[in-house]
Amino acid sequence: MSRRAFTPKVVTANALLEGDAVWLTKDDRWTRHMNEAELIEDEAVADDRLLFAIAQPDVVVGAYLVDAKSGENGPEPTHFREDFRTNGPSNYAHGKQVEGL
Amino acid sequence: MYKYNDFDEGFVRERVAQFRAQVERRIDGSLTEDEFKPLRLMNGLYLQLHAYMLRVAIPYGTLNSGQMRQLAMIADKWDKGYGHFTTRQNIQFNWPKLADVPDILEALADVEMHALQTSGNTIRNVTADHFAGAAGDEIADPRPVAELVRQWSTDHPEFQFLPRKFKVAVTGSPNDRAVTKAHDIGLRMVRNDAGEPGFEVIVGGGLGRTPMIGKVIRGFLPQADLLPYLEAIVSVYNVLGRRDNKYKARIKITVAETGLDEFRARVDDRFEQIRGQFGGYDQSLLAEIEQAFAAPTFRDAGLDKYDTLRAANPAFRAWSDTNLSDHRAPGYAIVTVSIKAHGATPGDATSDQMRALADLAERFGHDELRISHEQNVILPHVHKSDLPAVYATLRDHGLATANVGLISDIIACPGMDYCALATARSIPIAQEIATRFDELKLEHEIGDLKIKISGCINACGHHHVGHIGILGLDRAGVENYQITLGGDHTETAAIGERAGPGFSADDIVPAIERLIDAYLNLRLDADETFIVAYRRLGLAPFKAALYPEKEAVHAA
Repeated sequence: MSRRAFTPKVVTANALLEGDAVWLTKDDRWTRHMNEAELIEDEAVADDRLLFAIAQPDVVVGAYLVDAKSGENGPEPTHFREDFRTNGPSNYAHGKQVEGL
Repeated sequence: MYKYNDFDEGFVRERVAQFRAQVERRIDGSLTEDEFKPLRLMNGLYLQLHAYMLRVAIPYGTLNSGQMRQLAMIADKWDKGYGHFTTRQNIQFNWPKLADVPDILEALADVEMHALQTSGNTIRNVTADHFAGAAGDEIADPRPVAELVRQWSTDHPEFQFLPRKFKVAVTGSPNDRAVTKAHDIGLRMVRNDAGEPGFEVIVGGGLGRTPMIGKVIRGFLPQADLLPYLEAIVSVYNVLGRRDNKYKARIKITVAETGLDEFRARVDDRFEQIRGQFGGYDQSLLAEIEQAFAAPTFRDAGLDKYDTLRAANPAFRAWSDTNLSDHRAPGYAIVTVSIKAHGATPGDATSDQMRALADLAERFGHDELRISHEQNVILPHVHKSDLPAVYATLRDHGLATANVGLISDIIACPGMDYCALATARSIPIAQEIATRFDELKLEHEIGDLKIKISGCINACGHHHVGHIGILGLDRAGVENYQITLGGDHTETAAIGERAGPGFSADDIVPAIERLIDAYLNLRLDADETFIVAYRRLGLAPFKAALYPEKEAVHAA
């Protein structure tokens, strides 16, 4: 069985205190803006970055790798679930779409 | 209403103190998330897509005005000024911060509320008919029994680590408004030929991945045997229930795999073993609890004001036609306040609306409020002479929508706008359907119709038992909505039939519109409701309306 080709990813999680969606940056920060995230093109690097994220249980919860693509201002979601995580709910102007954190 | 005794008060306060210390230890790093997660779930705290979510129990859906005001205060102080009423008579706050949750739980304890066992593999919030104690068709008020079950199940040492979650619902009326047949255990209060009170016990119902209608395990269980018999059922399930596969862990699968007769025999054995241990204490406790649910003193008054406004004001008349139900006391009505304004989020109430409802309950409703599994709020005891004043206040607060039981009175789970488990959004679909049929001004002509929407296969939105069910799925990275037809949530419960391939988010509302057009053309007369027409005609003509292109291809 051939392994599926690696597709670019970002590391994402929820912030421990607020529960807000966050992404791991290249310089080891957690950002509230996906476009500041590190877009990881290499599988070994991705595994390594995920371990780095999981090792911060006092900062973030539930870190995982998820597909992303390169956009004009940085990484963008490829799936609608991640799209909602970058914006907030569609029924109210709550969350990231208005907070501009 | 039930009042906490010293034991209840002490227990809830102690749990708040424990959780406060647990949150502190989580934040200072002494507890990992793996250690903390089961602790937070025991206290109703989830982590969702954008934030934490706190699910607060409203046992058997009953609230007083002070409790409703406290929920409003919590919404303002620690959330975004609103709360979401759920299909299991809970309220969810969508934006609490972790460090604030112990204070929220403390504020709940101040009004005899909690979030215990609203999550996790335990016996969850016990639900009941939202018209309990008021309905004209009721045999007995189910809430004392529900309170007894709540006390028995809360922190029950044998049942804190069940194979999976466990839900109990009670109804005291032959017209089932508590969806008892879709619960792990459903209790229907009945009387035997000698007129003695007891229960029809239904087991193994449930929606979700493998929907099943519950089966009667005991046609008549004497009232005195209730707790030992419940304990026997849950005990047998606790041993037999599958822990190897999350999707086969609910009691519905245990009953299906074991066979109802074998399962019943095991329950009877266990029941005989433990029955003596209860020693009658449960019955004296029940008698005490019953005192707390004594009916209010109903008054006699003329109906002139009500009759006059009904004759003069068509909007009031429309509202009283759809939103009132028969009360057992002469001159009284049960008011269902629609939390389904057209285009709004089903089940969401602002803090201002909560306070208005609390004031109405206090002033005109014997201080009682109910939350229905259909995500509406009930004023169970209102004298009809007060309805003009109640209606005016409801209008002032955007709460006078005359749509209860109609196409826009939609159940919708939070879906992917909030929920981490969701596979698609529910709320926008509900909003669009309600808005569209309001524009068409058709909903009163369409009549009684239940649309229920879930954003994933777990079916919090009860889609399987909707006359029209909508299930949101992720199909190759795109939201896709599957329709089921012919479901029924009442005493004649039935699982809906899948109509065919799903629809995109853009196509689902037009599909519903075609379906409704077909119904309006096919029905015998205006009295034949959608579900009755569906039962008469079957799936075929509705399927043809949903998939006209396919019909055209076959015809060609």
